Amino acid sequence: MAANSGAFARGVAACHRTRRAHVAHRPDHEDVMLGFRRLPALLLAVLALLFAGTSCATRTPSPAPAAPVEDPAAAFPAQITIEGQEPVTLPQQPKQIVSLSPTATESLYAIGAGEQVKATDQFSTFPPYAPRTDLNGLAGDAAVVAGHDPDLVIAPEGAGELVEGLHELEIPVLITPAAASLDEAYEQIETLGQATGHSRQAHDVTRRMRDDINKIVADTPKPPEPLSYFHEVSPDFYTATSQSFVGGVYGLFGLTNIADEAGGADNDFPQLSQERIVQADPDLIFLSDVKCCGVSPQSTADRPGWDTLTAVRENRVVALDDDVASRWGPRVVDLVRAVSDTITRTQRP
Amino acid sequence: MPRTSRLRPGPVLAGAAALVLALLASVLLGAAELGWTRVLGEIWAQVTGGHSPLSEREAAILWRLRVPRAVLGALVGAALAVSGAAFQGVFRNPLADPYLLGAAGGAGLAVTVVITMLPQGGSAPGVAQAAAFAGALGGVGVTWLLGRSAGNDAATLVLAGVAVGAFLSAGQTFLQQLRLDSLQEVYLWILGRLSTAGWTDVLLVLPLLLISGAVLCACGRLLDLLGTGDDEAAALGVHPGRARAVVLIAASLATAAAVSVAGLIGFVGLVVPHLVRLACGGSHRIIVPLSLLFGGAFLVLADMLARSVLAPAELPIGVITAFTGAPFFAVLLHRGRRA
Repeated sequence: MAANSGAFARGVAACHRTRRAHVAHRPDHEDVMLGFRRLPALLLAVLALLFAGTSCATRTPSPAPAAPVEDPAAAFPAQITIEGQEPVTLPQQPKQIVSLSPTATESLYAIGAGEQVKATDQFSTFPPYAPRTDLNGLAGDAAVVAGHDPDLVIAPEGAGELVEGLHELEIPVLITPAAASLDEAYEQIETLGQATGHSRQAHDVTRRMRDDINKIVADTPKPPEPLSYFHEVSPDFYTATSQSFVGGVYGLFGLTNIADEAGGADNDFPQLSQERIVQADPDLIFLSDVKCCGVSPQSTADRPGWDTLTAVRENRVVALDDDVASRWGPRVVDLVRAVSDTITRTQRP
Repeated sequence: MPRTSRLRPGPVLAGAAALVLALLASVLLGAAELGWTRVLGEIWAQVTGGHSPLSEREAAILWRLRVPRAVLGALVGAALAVSGAAFQGVFRNPLADPYLLGAAGGAGLAVTVVITMLPQGGSAPGVAQAAAFAGALGGVGVTWLLGRSAGNDAATLVLAGVAVGAFLSAGQTFLQQLRLDSLQEVYLWILGRLSTAGWTDVLLVLPLLLISGAVLCACGRLLDLLGTGDDEAAALGVHPGRARAVVLIAASLATAAAVSVAGLIGFVGLVVPHLVRLACGGSHRIIVPLSLLFGGAFLVLADMLARSVLAPAELPIGVITAFTGAPFFAVLLHRGRRA
């Protein structure tokens, strides 16, 4: 899967483009357009000068009011709320963020808050230039995190003791639980925007994600028969049901999850019996244990009995990027695209 | 059942019947709904060369997934129980188990090293199995050397085993902390499982288990003599050090073979010999071979439960062996105190 051509990359590129626009040379047609945009302002200025000249000769003419500039700092102090978590009060825009959540790291860079990120955890593999450290959100030491002098720490759910320690040190901590749906993922990205003073960019990112995902789903040919799938989380057949975040992505395409019967109300990631997988004969198999555990389409085909599966025989075993398949950040668009490509491939003769 | 020091046909037949019935039940019932009559029809068709009621995929489920898994369960259970019986005999300690002398720590460390340090990790076929096998033997070897340098009696060996095991486990934890991104794969190996069993695993461990099982069954009398104390054993013409070495090597080989294909499955090696001792008496001429049979049956049934309690989901088999083994062990302890 082309993991590096995702929404995040486009988001970063868009931010860079915006920044460059103020300093670099613009193409000629842009100059012309800007000229046209300036014309009304010039006319207004002339009118203002005339008006000033006729009413009060002693007053110094004031310049035409500039377009309002967004001041991120003006949004603070702010109270940030994530459902199910204690609200976090931020007195001012954070300038030294420590992100202990790989998903949050991806989102922060996508919404243009990358410059505020001073340290990330050891699993924050994307973007590659994020300042990775050996910090671990789930088994970290509050003192070590505090050593980075953060004015905001973003932690995953489950970082209990670490969070308590940071509270003792009066460092604001925003806990970001795993999203259960795309809507929750969008919400979390927008909350990160609010917490970092990048609300508008965060909104842009989620709008772009929605648009991209909707377009990809709409453009994907609908199979004549509903397709079934197996999403492999680990080589001993742990999987994800439709209730999980990743299951929701497959649900966008109307795919049937062979593990749904195995998942309970509180178990979105059951371990399936290998017999059951072979009997269910999924049309598509998605592997998200490629980087972690060395599983590949070839090794999958070599498993006993798996050569009888439709997905193996039809070459529909897809190696996903483990990280993209397990995070609920902007790169979820890449996951959607990979699923779409696979479904599209099944429609070709 | 009469308590004698001789192995009588009755208990052996009971053990063999338990194993065969457990295997049969495990083959007839599984997560895939093949129907036990159709499975019997398929087996009959294979014997007589007749028409099979199963489809190609169903036949693959039966012969390439279910049957090897049942057979591997029997082999691993037998290996763990027989080596547990041997360790308990050698150390005259009813709490001894197959992992006592550093086998678990050695296997765990070796698998962790392979997964965290090699470029391809443990993904190459057989690499992690070989590492687990070598690690288990290495752990026992280090314990043996340490114990030997300090006197080589049973109590010293146990203490050396505890120290070596703790050290190896610490090494494993250290490596895991260094490479947290490999944690998942390491845990998959360390936790016991039969879910990925195939004929390759069966063929890998079968020769080792046959040899070590035969040696241990033949050592029953030797274990009884060691149980009387080193001096008494020497007076009866047995060299305690050599006898212990033979038994420990065979038991370690069986443990290492089991660990290499199924990870660390607890309680089998502890509970099954106790159960046999409780039912059939204290002679190792009885305990060792019966542990082999009942150990096989126990793990096959435990695996069946693991597959069916939450079907179509699975439970880790270590959960089942602990669930059934731990309360049973508590009852044993309680009865032991009352006796």
